[in-house]
Amino acid sequence: MSAATTTAGSGPLWGVLGEFDSPAALYRAAERVRDAGFERWDTHSPFPVHGLERAMGLKRSRVPIVVLALGLAGAAAGMGLQWWVSTRAYPLVVSGKPFFSWPAFVPIMFECGVLGGAAGAVLGFLGLSRLPQHHHPLFESKRFERVTDDRFFISIEAADPRFDKSGTIQLLERAGAVAVELVEGA
Amino acid sequence: MSHSGMPHSVGGHGHRASLDRAQVTLPRAGWAARLPLVCGGLGAVLLAVTFLVGKGNPTQLFHSYLVNWFYFATLAVGGLFFVLLQHITRAGWSVVVRRLAEDVAATLPVVALLFVPLAFGVHALYPWAGHEAQDPVVMRKLAWLSEGPFLVRAAIYLVVWSLLGLWFWRQSQRQDQMGALALTRRMQAVAAPSMIVFAVTLTLASFDWVMSLAPRWYSTVFGGYIFGGTAMATFALLIVLVLLLQGRGLFDGVVSMEHFHDLGKLMFAFVVFWGYIGFSQFMLQWYANIPEETNWFAERLTPGWKPLTMAFVVGHFVVPFFFLLMRDVKRHRTGLWAASGWLLLMHWLDIYWLVMPGLHHEGPRLHLLDLLAFLALGLLFAGALAFTLRLKALVPINDPRLAESLAFENV
Repeated sequence: MSAATTTAGSGPLWGVLGEFDSPAALYRAAERVRDAGFERWDTHSPFPVHGLERAMGLKRSRVPIVVLALGLAGAAAGMGLQWWVSTRAYPLVVSGKPFFSWPAFVPIMFECGVLGGAAGAVLGFLGLSRLPQHHHPLFESKRFERVTDDRFFISIEAADPRFDKSGTIQLLERAGAVAVELVEGA
Repeated sequence: MSHSGMPHSVGGHGHRASLDRAQVTLPRAGWAARLPLVCGGLGAVLLAVTFLVGKGNPTQLFHSYLVNWFYFATLAVGGLFFVLLQHITRAGWSVVVRRLAEDVAATLPVVALLFVPLAFGVHALYPWAGHEAQDPVVMRKLAWLSEGPFLVRAAIYLVVWSLLGLWFWRQSQRQDQMGALALTRRMQAVAAPSMIVFAVTLTLASFDWVMSLAPRWYSTVFGGYIFGGTAMATFALLIVLVLLLQGRGLFDGVVSMEHFHDLGKLMFAFVVFWGYIGFSQFMLQWYANIPEETNWFAERLTPGWKPLTMAFVVGHFVVPFFFLLMRDVKRHRTGLWAASGWLLLMHWLDIYWLVMPGLHHEGPRLHLLDLLAFLALGLLFAGALAFTLRLKALVPINDPRLAESLAFENV
């Protein structure tokens, strides 16, 4: 174990945090962590870095599926509601047209579909990102505060099947980390 | 946001920031040199055949000619729309495909010339110039709908479009030679007022040439409806053009899947826009239920026309909507071929559906003249396009945003 390694927080080991000083260093390090086969890890940057999702080997987001499902459900609910109101609950003749005059119901069906899709995008994103979270062990790290300013980080969780305390620290050091920290907490 | 400290090669997926000139120039000799003459010659012969075949049936001839001329006119003016749009938004991503749109817009003088036969078909085509001139509803519109003003207006639309198409084509060519930033600034400045001119002329042209085929009917959103289909078909045409040129070994490393993806997204957007306008047009008139408005739709919902109407609503909106919703379709050549080819066909069917019910009340009757006029005008359009494509490089090689476009990526 390198002498530079520090420890933040207290309690059970959560994972390790590697600090990098440029987006390019972060990008290359992410490729190495990806190639080492880790699954429970993440990168942290003050701003979006183009292509980082490829360097991390991220799979396609599943948010669009949630959006489609909720969008279609919203459209179906919108049309269903109007069908039920105008043919079952309170049938009214409007300008001599049939009770179920579907063209008149399309705009509301469309809006309900948009509403469902938008809700799906927001809730799907939050749900799949496990947000909101009130606390995260990484917040124990003093160094990590610079993630909103001028530093770039990779965190690897101890829960990853490939995690091995000294080996993972070495991996981050060899990948160009300027500092590595053990993070404890839950 | 700048990618400070990020070397360009970091992404490592093969984008070149420099341009290989051989990839963006049509060969001086061979197929590319013969294409304009072959297409143009064959088109001219077929045009003569079309007129000979249609001599005994001028009503059918002019309707067939109008459907196909208007189809290719919308494609050409759509190229102009694309150029204007990219300059107004100062778009970086689209520079590598903008030249193709400039070349499409530069065919507008040919399109304008091909309008001339229609000047002789006003009486055969438009009821306001014939038996419906005495109709009390139509009579109040005769100040606008009469032959002289109709032809003068057509000349104005077509001359304005041609001049705009040629002007942007010429400025872009000068930039190829001189590379002046001032030219980009000037094109941006001219694009904004030109877009207003484009919107007004396309709307009025749609009223004149297509909507007035049923002079009792009117829809204020008709110009928007035509524009929706036109923009959709324009993106489809650009995708097809790039795919064709890539099939000839050009554009390699110039137009990437990232550009296709964006063209595909825009095509999808205008499928939706067309559907939105088309449905709005229908629903408001269906709801109000005023005979002079609903008649137009009733004509298209007779037992003869209803199957085509329904099929084309599904084919022009429902199917492409769900097909193009998929990301992979917009990022694979097969998916792009299928979607663009299909939508170009649907745009033709749209115009057929707008024009023909006035002639064939009993239902769609595909006539030999429809096919002949399509081939004749299509070949002439292709010939004109092949001619303009050859005159300079296939991308604006000195555009200040070219490097940005070459490196373009969707997030």
